Amino acid sequence: MAAVTLTFKDRAKAALANPSLKAAIERTAGTAEKNRTAAVSRFAEFEAARERGRAIKDHVIAHLGHYLEKFEKNAIASGAKVHWTQTSGEACRIVTGICKTAGAKRVTRSKSMLGEEIGLPHALDAAGLERVETDLAEHIVQLAGETPSHIVWPAMHKTREDVARLFKARHRQAPASGEVADLVASARRELRQKFLSADIGISGANFLIADTGAVCTVTNEGNAELTTTPPRIHIVTAGIEKLVPSIEHAFILLRLLVRSATGGDITQYTTFHCGPKRKGDADGPEEFHIVLVDNGRTRMLAQGLKEMLRCIRCGACMNNCVVYRQIGGHAYGGAYPGPMGSVLTPVFDGLAKSRDLPHACTLNGKCAEVCPVQIPLPSLLRGWRDRSWREGLEPSVARAGIAGWAFVARRPSLYRLAAAISVKWMRLFRKGGWIKSMPFAGGWTGHRDFPAPQRTTFIQAYKAGKRGEK
Amino acid sequence: MVEPNGPPQDAKPPRVGLFVTCLADLIRPQLGFAALKLLEASGCVAEVPTKQVCCGQPAFNSGATKAAAGLARQLIRQFERFDYVVVPSGSCAGTIKAHYAEALADDPKWLPRAEVLAAKTWELMSFLVNVRNFRPSGLSLQGTATYHDSCSGLRELGIFKEPRALLAAVEGLELKPLPGNDVCCGFGGTFCVKYPDISNAIVGEKAKAVEGTGAGLLLGGDLGCLMNIAGKLARNGSTVRVMHAAEVLAGMGDRAIGEED
Repeated sequence: MAAVTLTFKDRAKAALANPSLKAAIERTAGTAEKNRTAAVSRFAEFEAARERGRAIKDHVIAHLGHYLEKFEKNAIASGAKVHWTQTSGEACRIVTGICKTAGAKRVTRSKSMLGEEIGLPHALDAAGLERVETDLAEHIVQLAGETPSHIVWPAMHKTREDVARLFKARHRQAPASGEVADLVASARRELRQKFLSADIGISGANFLIADTGAVCTVTNEGNAELTTTPPRIHIVTAGIEKLVPSIEHAFILLRLLVRSATGGDITQYTTFHCGPKRKGDADGPEEFHIVLVDNGRTRMLAQGLKEMLRCIRCGACMNNCVVYRQIGGHAYGGAYPGPMGSVLTPVFDGLAKSRDLPHACTLNGKCAEVCPVQIPLPSLLRGWRDRSWREGLEPSVARAGIAGWAFVARRPSLYRLAAAISVKWMRLFRKGGWIKSMPFAGGWTGHRDFPAPQRTTFIQAYKAGKRGEK
Repeated sequence: MVEPNGPPQDAKPPRVGLFVTCLADLIRPQLGFAALKLLEASGCVAEVPTKQVCCGQPAFNSGATKAAAGLARQLIRQFERFDYVVVPSGSCAGTIKAHYAEALADDPKWLPRAEVLAAKTWELMSFLVNVRNFRPSGLSLQGTATYHDSCSGLRELGIFKEPRALLAAVEGLELKPLPGNDVCCGFGGTFCVKYPDISNAIVGEKAKAVEGTGAGLLLGGDLGCLMNIAGKLARNGSTVRVMHAAEVLAGMGDRAIGEED
């Protein structure tokens, strides 16, 4: 842990000052944005699919208890062991407990944002286990001692050159060159033996299928399959909102998920894991554990954040966010960045610690426009602002500013006087038609000129009978 | 019957209340007069309630919902007597149309009044095209312009074709597409002063895109966004002129934002 706690503004400033970050963001998120737009334009029924996707998620959320019980019953029938957990700490303890009971030394993990959310990497390290991240980007992040900066591309902030340097320093056998193919070969060499010798494999879930008890994962590298199949034990950690009634529903959401995330029609690997190895199976784990995690999700229902439980973690909101595109993921300071992260992080970390996130948004609505399950992200972010105001978490300068302005604005005669004085005052600082700097306006004039007001307010001119003539 | 390219021949011309917006009132009265001129040209009787202040958007978006509700009630009281309320800004019109009902959700007395007002509130250019079937005539402006679609107008109100249809009636004016026309300029109301560094990075890209079109003029429908982009262009030493589309449409396009009066 860093000794000094940086604020959101500090982190954003550092990100803006990083010359290679912007290029890295554009290369990944910018490309994803373009590919998504192209994929959606080829998918004639996209709007109808979006509507169905939303309806499926809303239905499940409205009947969460029913589908959770159904999923548990069917998962147990398939031979899985199901664990219910309320908090992130409890979820981590269950996972490390299974590892200890099994006498495990080495665990492989395929990328799961829920794992990041509950702090599982740290918990596994703290339990003395050798943790091997098998997603290529997570492997990079692990070697660098960092955290993911995007929910689909965790190492998005790293350039190829960064990765080449990292692998050269940290791989037992250095990559042959800095070319992508050699870097991938080096990671494969480094990871292959670990895949085969791991005691336990841990994965997340993209969907939990209620009527079969199966768990669906999607990857492009095949690492989830190598994580979950060879080891003796497979542990799934999944948020309870991942439920869908049946495999047909999962496919409707998959079509939305992959196009929204990468612009592809489907991922390279879409795998349904159902129970442990059965008699006669060639391979598969002997034990199959499913750890269901609440971690604030049922609380979200009561917090007016029900729609956020629709989220299928595609990343389109961040790829299309003007703020994310400037500052990247680490500046947000939570497991999830971008618009969806700014809604979720206050749930996990508390609003007092994260009040900047819902404010650091222009409310331009692009995220809601691209969201494949129609989450009204700007409304949810404004909801946090409302709560922050009511709970007195807003800085006193902002509170006094808005309150003072509103006091005057509610008294039209006083406002007219204040407006007339403001115009005269502002005009004192003009050079030509622009104001280059002005007291209390550094936020604006630090970066841009401010247009000098015309001679009087509109209402003054209108009352004086002017009609816009010079 | 609505005549093509002309305002409807009303038995009784509609009474329109012009909500000029606090920003235009304070910084750019010219925009208010342009809006008045256009409303009258489209056959309306336009009135300006002189006690009008602000729609309350800065309070609403800051989370100060009670203060926003107070300003909403004030505006409703001042404007509900009109047939229509017209606003030369997508984001202020959007606040009235899309968010007053949220701000007054817990107020059973005012909520219905908010909903009635929302239904008759229009952004200026969409009102001229969709309600008045109006196109300006006798206008000419030689040059190329590009257009920034402000986010609230575009996404909350669905305004896209209307300004283009109106500007097509200006002789000599060539409209060039702006790459990323639907991408936020980084203004975001109080966002631009709360997070100035991030806002600056965003508007820096927008200014670059505007310059990249080669157009000499940037037009839009929201003064806040236009001031932000114009201010960045000016700081960069750009020669691109910026103004509200309504000013061009009213034949009042000789003084751009930041040009001395």
